[in-house]
Amino acid sequence: MIDVCGAEKTFMMHLQGGIELPVVRGVSFRVEPGECVVLSGPSGAGKSSILKMVFGSYRCDGGRIGIRHHGGMVDLAAAEPRQVLSVRRSTIGYVSQFLRAVPRVPSIDVVAEPLTASGMARADARDRAGALLRRLNIPERLWSLPPSTFSGGEQQRVNIARGFICDLPILLLDEPTASLDAANRAVVVELIGQKKRQGVAMVAIVHDDEIRRVIADRIVDVTAFASAA
Amino acid sequence: MNAPSYNFAYLDEQTKRMIRRAILKAIATPGYQVPFASREMPMPYGWGTGGVQVTAAILGPDDVLKVIDQGSDDTTNAISIRKFFGKTAGVATTTSTAEATVIQTRHRIPEAPLHGGQVLVYQVPIPEPLRFLEPRETETRRMHALGEYGLMHVKLYEDIARFGHIATSYAYPVKVNARYVMDPSPTPKFDNPKMDNCPALQLFGAGREKRIYAIPPHTNVVSLDFEDHPFARYRFDAPCALCGAGDSYLDEIVTDDKGGRMFVCSDTDYCETRQAAGHRGSESAAPHREVAHG
Amino acid sequence: MVEPRSDGLEDPPLLVAEGLGKDYGRLTACKDVSFVLYPGEVLAVVGESGSGKSTLLQLLSAQLTPSAGRVSYRMRDGMLRDLAALGEAERRFLFRTDWGYVHQDPAQGLRMAVSAGANVGERLMAVGWNHYGRIRDTASSWLQRVEIDTARIDDAPRTYSGGMRQRLQIARNLVTEPRLVLMDEPTGGLDVSVQARLLDLMRNLVNELGLAAVVVTHDLAVARLLSHRVMVMKDGRVIETGLTDQVLDDPREPYTQLLVSSILPV
Repeated sequence: MIDVCGAEKTFMMHLQGGIELPVVRGVSFRVEPGECVVLSGPSGAGKSSILKMVFGSYRCDGGRIGIRHHGGMVDLAAAEPRQVLSVRRSTIGYVSQFLRAVPRVPSIDVVAEPLTASGMARADARDRAGALLRRLNIPERLWSLPPSTFSGGEQQRVNIARGFICDLPILLLDEPTASLDAANRAVVVELIGQKKRQGVAMVAIVHDDEIRRVIADRIVDVTAFASAA
Repeated sequence: MNAPSYNFAYLDEQTKRMIRRAILKAIATPGYQVPFASREMPMPYGWGTGGVQVTAAILGPDDVLKVIDQGSDDTTNAISIRKFFGKTAGVATTTSTAEATVIQTRHRIPEAPLHGGQVLVYQVPIPEPLRFLEPRETETRRMHALGEYGLMHVKLYEDIARFGHIATSYAYPVKVNARYVMDPSPTPKFDNPKMDNCPALQLFGAGREKRIYAIPPHTNVVSLDFEDHPFARYRFDAPCALCGAGDSYLDEIVTDDKGGRMFVCSDTDYCETRQAAGHRGSESAAPHREVAHG
Repeated sequence: MVEPRSDGLEDPPLLVAEGLGKDYGRLTACKDVSFVLYPGEVLAVVGESGSGKSTLLQLLSAQLTPSAGRVSYRMRDGMLRDLAALGEAERRFLFRTDWGYVHQDPAQGLRMAVSAGANVGERLMAVGWNHYGRIRDTASSWLQRVEIDTARIDDAPRTYSGGMRQRLQIARNLVTEPRLVLMDEPTGGLDVSVQARLLDLMRNLVNELGLAAVVVTHDLAVARLLSHRVMVMKDGRVIETGLTDQVLDDPREPYTQLLVSSILPV
């Protein structure tokens, strides 16, 4: 599903007098359907950057990011913006560390939005969003409130619900269990297991060793890609 | 009758030619406002300077002129203009709608049907029907040119939203020859249907605003409306107190300071003609006596 | 199951700008701007005041004649037409029906002395709607969609708050179901809380109606929430363009990095 080959990324910091900040180089790995690959390495090693490159948020300076999309391979490193959007609409989902939502929008709509954006009726989308929020232990009385009023853990669960609600063949997870309690961590692990059984290919960043052991089918060590300056 | 000290009909011949050219252009493009070089007239703006210039330009020595103000032949304004042309052109004047060849009017169309060969000259204060909604002349001209008349319906919409019906009761906008939207001058909307397919030529003159427009004889004139709020004539529901007419536009006359009032034809010629033929209303001096009209 | 929506890659472009430029004498307000906008796509044009973004919007909407380049638009019949080659009647009709233009100052986009219902209904009447009841029903349903109490349908926008006016302006623009909306700082001059509500509304409408939009804004947060793509302008030129998250999370040009790093943290 995912075939990353020789991808590299360097930041050019113009405001700091044009320092070049190499991040990663020669990133290569593959992910098959139903497989969960966990990126490991100390913080600052470029795990999040790789995830963003796979999602297309960061532009690559070299290499290719192959994604199976609508039966063909698309190289996100070279794709047009429209193509990237199309890939995000129907192929790749992304659960970021932090929730970025329009202020004032009720949580249930924040969660349901990916479904309505892909054409589902609002009522149906809300039903599914509600089911997922319930599973993640967000009490129903909070559904109509915007997530910005929630605690960090609750926000993260809304974020997870939003990421998991779509049936996309690829899911990228950036610290999905950080700031969750044990019970909710277990729910997330369960959700990941479910996605695997559905054949979803996943790339994850997880700091919790125990969770990593449970969900990882393979571990890719990012330090190998560190581009020593 | 002679008029030794004035050029015929007051205006000089060059000015009359200029106005005639504007009139011809207006007739050729029914409903379109043609700019013209309006002259100073020996009367204030608002007293009919536009109508007077149009009348002066079309008047010939054999014409018979009638002037009405709100239907009446005997108000100051009507009498002054009649006398003005009697003196400067030496033409015959009349109060009879049927006998007149040129009728200058302020705010009414005579009740008696007009016939071919007659010319009705309207005095117009503000010729632009879109003016109150769109203050820019450049924009209204463009709207006319492109036939963008949605705004006209906005005005009617506002009426219905506010009053439950189209409350515009005078200067009710019309579409002429299925092309230009036109302000019929402040005539009551009761008169609007008379403009449609009228055998007489209708000319409109706005002196201060320097515009002339026209409806040629037998031209299609439609009052704007909505499908579910169709145009409707309005007339106070009473017979004329003097002649008993049930089909004429009525003026309300206050008769004392105790709330007394009566309703009489605003068209004095129509009313007098009927009375002469023996028609009587509730307030007639002579006893009521119904006589066959004619 | 979610029915996968067609990814739209085979759709032809809706709006094409080619080498657009505008000079005022020796002053260059806008130079060599080219982009392609597809149906349903929202493009944000960001930059400081004086960067040429408002000039660009005026060029796109044919309020200004370009000194160079051209703008083409795919008409409802599928033909891509050069806007400059359209007759004035055709162009004005297009702008009244298939296009919307949301001004920063609602007073410019509304008739302030005319009721809200007539403000929304005007575009319908302009295309020949002639049934008061239907015009009013449609206006009223649009007021609901933009969250204006329908009891205020007969009030003039003069009596509305700034946020309500802006929502009314949006309803007035969308009532003819345009395919393209141009917005000039649509949230400028509004309180933050009012802005949020408006942004949410615009996002939903753009989604539901599949609108294409060009949004000019100096507010990167607005760009992030509304747009798919971003074009960064400086001194009349486009200096960086890309997906919104690419440009905002991974800015490449020095000026874009400066812009992004200048956002005040909340």
